[in-house]
Amino acid sequence: MWDYSDKVKEHFFQPRNAGVLEGANGVGDVGSISCGDALRLMLKVEPETDIILDAHFQTFGCGSAIASSSALTEMIKGKTLDEALKVSNQDIADYLDGLPPEKMHCSVMGREALQAAVANYRGEEWSDDHEEGALICKCFAIDAVMIEDTIRANNLSSVQDVTNYTKAGGGCSSCHEGIEEILVKVMSERGESFKPGTPSQEEAKPAGMTNLQRIRKIEAVLESVRPQLKRDGGDIELLDVDGKTIYVSMTGACAGCQMEALTLQGIQQKLMEELKEFIKIVPTKAGALSRASCHV
Amino acid sequence: MTGIYFDNNATTRVDPAVVEAMLPYFTEQFGNPSSMHSFGNKVGLAIKKARMQVQELLGAEHDSEIIFTSCGTESDSTAILSALKAQPERKEIITTTVEHPAILTLCAWLEKDGYKVHYLKVDGKGRLDLDEYKKLLGDQTAVVSVMWANNETGTFFPVVEMAELANAAGAMFHTDAVQAVGKVPLNLKDTKIDMLSVSGHKLHAPKGVGVLYLKRGVRFRPLLRGGHQERGRRAGTENTTSIVGLGKAAEMAMEAMAFENTEVARLRDKLEAGILAKVPRSFVTGNPDDRLPNTSNIAFEFIEGEAILLLLNKFGIAASSGSACTSGSLEPSHVMRAMGIPYTAAHGTVRFSLSRYSTEDEVDRVIAVVPEIIAQLRKLSPYWDGDGPAAEPEKAFAPTYA
Repeated sequence: MWDYSDKVKEHFFQPRNAGVLEGANGVGDVGSISCGDALRLMLKVEPETDIILDAHFQTFGCGSAIASSSALTEMIKGKTLDEALKVSNQDIADYLDGLPPEKMHCSVMGREALQAAVANYRGEEWSDDHEEGALICKCFAIDAVMIEDTIRANNLSSVQDVTNYTKAGGGCSSCHEGIEEILVKVMSERGESFKPGTPSQEEAKPAGMTNLQRIRKIEAVLESVRPQLKRDGGDIELLDVDGKTIYVSMTGACAGCQMEALTLQGIQQKLMEELKEFIKIVPTKAGALSRASCHV
Repeated sequence: MTGIYFDNNATTRVDPAVVEAMLPYFTEQFGNPSSMHSFGNKVGLAIKKARMQVQELLGAEHDSEIIFTSCGTESDSTAILSALKAQPERKEIITTTVEHPAILTLCAWLEKDGYKVHYLKVDGKGRLDLDEYKKLLGDQTAVVSVMWANNETGTFFPVVEMAELANAAGAMFHTDAVQAVGKVPLNLKDTKIDMLSVSGHKLHAPKGVGVLYLKRGVRFRPLLRGGHQERGRRAGTENTTSIVGLGKAAEMAMEAMAFENTEVARLRDKLEAGILAKVPRSFVTGNPDDRLPNTSNIAFEFIEGEAILLLLNKFGIAASSGSACTSGSLEPSHVMRAMGIPYTAAHGTVRFSLSRYSTEDEVDRVIAVVPEIIAQLRKLSPYWDGDGPAAEPEKAFAPTYA
């Protein structure tokens, strides 16, 4: 049984805005019947203002697909089209208090349905630009197609390379066999053979940043999430950066909040995207760090 | 309200009498059966008894043909790898497209090592083409592995006949019988089946114990080497409590065999007929004329299985589905695909598997709830329009691949 959040269950058992929307003027049909998830999103848009007056969905899919569809309709109602298009799949997942890694594609589908429906309303042609493969890394929800494309585009030749570029394999490491198999396949296409244990071609330099630049970048990311935390009565403080480990302290309402782990996960994701490297964010109490570092 | 457990092909509850038989072997009878002293001796005798109980259930000629393992998967891997190791000159395997992953994943891995694996296709009812099989058998065939009954649909395969053919071609024959043992009377001594896998937890014994039946005289190469346990054919200290439990469960399965094939089958038939009568656009998958007595696999068109299971679960009903989502894979059940069931139905397959503990009242309650659940989900489906499927459903909804 999947570990669904209460919010996912609630939106599945009592889906909002389900069924046909009469008078819809923007419809997006996306999904894959072979994968078993497909969604029709129907929008009623006010032409003068571009505001989404109503949104309905019909979904052929699992619990989290139905919940993601339901959440999406709730999130975009009342927004203008341009505002709505800013809703990312991570926003949909966050709205539902997270989705299991195997199910993140349900939120991606929601976002794509939105793009398709808006394109339909605007009389444009929408075409899908990503292909989904078998899920390889469950820690970071990275699929085979993404890994394969990244290896090809960047001439990668080690599991470490793949982790540095895609994050895949950077968690529990049980998918390393799967990553090696993809490496063997892609490398043989370019006439090379995969050698386990060879050091990565290039030590994933954090995009040529100096430590100072890096720390400034980290501060900037934390600054960008701060207003959101403050709204909930909390805050975050950068304590130290030790290689790929970033120590932070959660204060105010954030400290000990049940959502702390989820919040940190989101921040870690943002940091990795900004720094373009695999990092780990570790919550620590201010002052505890000097003691902790004695053991290193 | 207590839950209704109709997922007995996944696992079964351990019979209380089995638990009772096991308990002393955790505490007072804790000895190692290999030990010389009396602590070990009594445990050794208990394992001997369990071996004979399993021998009886399988209709094996000798009790030494029973090798205790840790699970069905271990038995499968041991059998196939042994056959390859013992006949290094033969490089081919024949199996089916609808085997359990315990076989298919192993075969896919062996292909990387240069073995040629032939996958027998099935027809719309999940039946094999024996002519295709006969053509593939040859002096390169090391082993044939065909399940006795399919775990998803319950459909039987003619393994006794197929074993004769393999034997005539000089190939070994293995069958994964984890779903069949305990539900189908077996008489292995009168067959040419060389190896057969059993899983304890499918027949009301605990998880973590299995059996590999190995016909006397069949060349064998152990997977686990070490101590002399199981006559050196499966090293490692015996899981004594579970082996004792499996013995007891085997004995009880013998007693319940007739009941499984009459009463359990009757309840299954009632459940199936009741659901089909009330739910439009639903059908039975597999071969209803030749299948396990406890299994019914029903496809509900235009909706997805995980959603069905979640709603069933809300009513305390446990079943399983062949949808991609329930396993986190990208394709619906390989068994449904092999039978050519369209995607719009394959994702909506639900397997109900009963046991001898299932009751008439439970069957009635499931019949009462299922139509409602299906109707509820179809209301959300883009393929559905009011009381029936949209006209030309595949055209009414043709999503952009995303």
